[in-house]
Amino acid sequence: MSDQNIPGNLKYTAEHEWARVEGNKVVVGITHHAQSTLGDIVYVELPKVGTTLEQGAEFGTVESVKAVSELFSPVSGKVVKVNEELTGAPETLNTDPYGDGWILEIELSDTSQLSELLDAAAYGNLLKEA
Amino acid sequence: MARRTPLNDAHRALGARMVDFAGWDMPVQYTSVIAEHEAVRNHVGLFDVSHMGEVEFSGPGALETVNALISNDLARISDGQAVYAGLLNEQGGFVDDIVAYRFSPERILICVNASNRDKDFAWMKEHARGVTPVDRGDDFAQIAVQGPKAAGLVQRLTKTDTSRIGTYRFAEGEVAGVRAIISRTGYTGEDGFELYCAPGDAVALWNALLTEGQQDGVKACGLASRDSLRTEMKYALYGNDIDDTHTALEAGLGWIVKLDKAGFIGKDALVAQKAAGVKRKLVGFELTGAGIPRHGYPIHKDGKPVGEVTSGTMGPTVKKPIGIGYVPAELAAEGSTFDVEIRGRAVPAVVVKTPFHKKP
Repeated sequence: MSDQNIPGNLKYTAEHEWARVEGNKVVVGITHHAQSTLGDIVYVELPKVGTTLEQGAEFGTVESVKAVSELFSPVSGKVVKVNEELTGAPETLNTDPYGDGWILEIELSDTSQLSELLDAAAYGNLLKEA
Repeated sequence: MARRTPLNDAHRALGARMVDFAGWDMPVQYTSVIAEHEAVRNHVGLFDVSHMGEVEFSGPGALETVNALISNDLARISDGQAVYAGLLNEQGGFVDDIVAYRFSPERILICVNASNRDKDFAWMKEHARGVTPVDRGDDFAQIAVQGPKAAGLVQRLTKTDTSRIGTYRFAEGEVAGVRAIISRTGYTGEDGFELYCAPGDAVALWNALLTEGQQDGVKACGLASRDSLRTEMKYALYGNDIDDTHTALEAGLGWIVKLDKAGFIGKDALVAQKAAGVKRKLVGFELTGAGIPRHGYPIHKDGKPVGEVTSGTMGPTVKKPIGIGYVPAELAAEGSTFDVEIRGRAVPAVVVKTPFHKKP
């Protein structure tokens, strides 16, 4: 039972972020559910490359016309890449949250944290229970 | 349990996201806030504002009774005209901002904010001298039709000549076969009407507007777009930009205060404040750095807190981060600069002329 809005190859958090594992790095974004709830995203506040993050720490914000929503890091590590395109085109988070809407890339400091993330089925269940 | 307007099922049928607003179950958006906002600026949008309240004063002396309660002057306008006014307290602060409709010197209808219905009615009952107010909130539903195509749409549904209803004027007539007060007022900065009808007629009127308006690109619009539209116009929102602790002069609403009118609540305090000089002012500003100003964010000058943001957004039409807030009078002139604190970061801002959105 697959859901195109919850790609099977990604990991997820209860704060509606996704994580794509690529070796010792993780690409992070927000899920379809998150962007749908927020509505039109008009502004993104991103961290600087080189920033060290702890799992669960706030690393930026995503804003719609009406609301501010915080972003939380799914893993601990160092920010090695940031999607600067989002500054000029924040709406990409709405139109392509899993592709061009990627937010940042973190170099993992603790790979064991990956097992704490939700898989697609678990995230799907979380959404159903909400 | 939240109250519902007669259009509640209609909103749900259109897929609206519902939210509790002042104890009412209301649509915050149907599709996209930006699309709804732009529909009003470019075509026509419909808003259910039935949650707002109405208070009627009728009988000999109604005009004089109301004139003693509000800041604007009903004696200066004609029958069929309305005024935006303050319902002020003794300090010149706002109990509410209202629109008062002069049907005749013996019949005045006041439209009040949904969030202040009970408070306003209690205030008016306590302070009215002469005519006793009647709470008619449950006798009216209200639909706002706003946008450049609004007049054409409403005209196609009524025999009343809407070209004879100028801004802030109104007439009683029929729209889509429904008896209505057709008022050329609104909260968006666009041309349009607010239609007051019996609650039992609201669904028929809403459906007629939605159907007939298809050719105009009509969209149902929720509270979120209502807020972004009025922010771009620097229209005050009670609870954000105005409240009982800020006076009408501080809020830049001196134009709705007629200090030459015989006694009204708050007059003495405002006369004194005008003479002494207004110390803080509500200004409109744009951020010149990255970020979006929001209600409650501190305003700093040279590292010191001097004021607060009362409303802010990324304006969908102006496409800039805009805000409204109170600052010391010496920082109120156009071109003045200060910082808005956004999550610990000082983001520069500049005071600009308002409304932020000007008709092209």
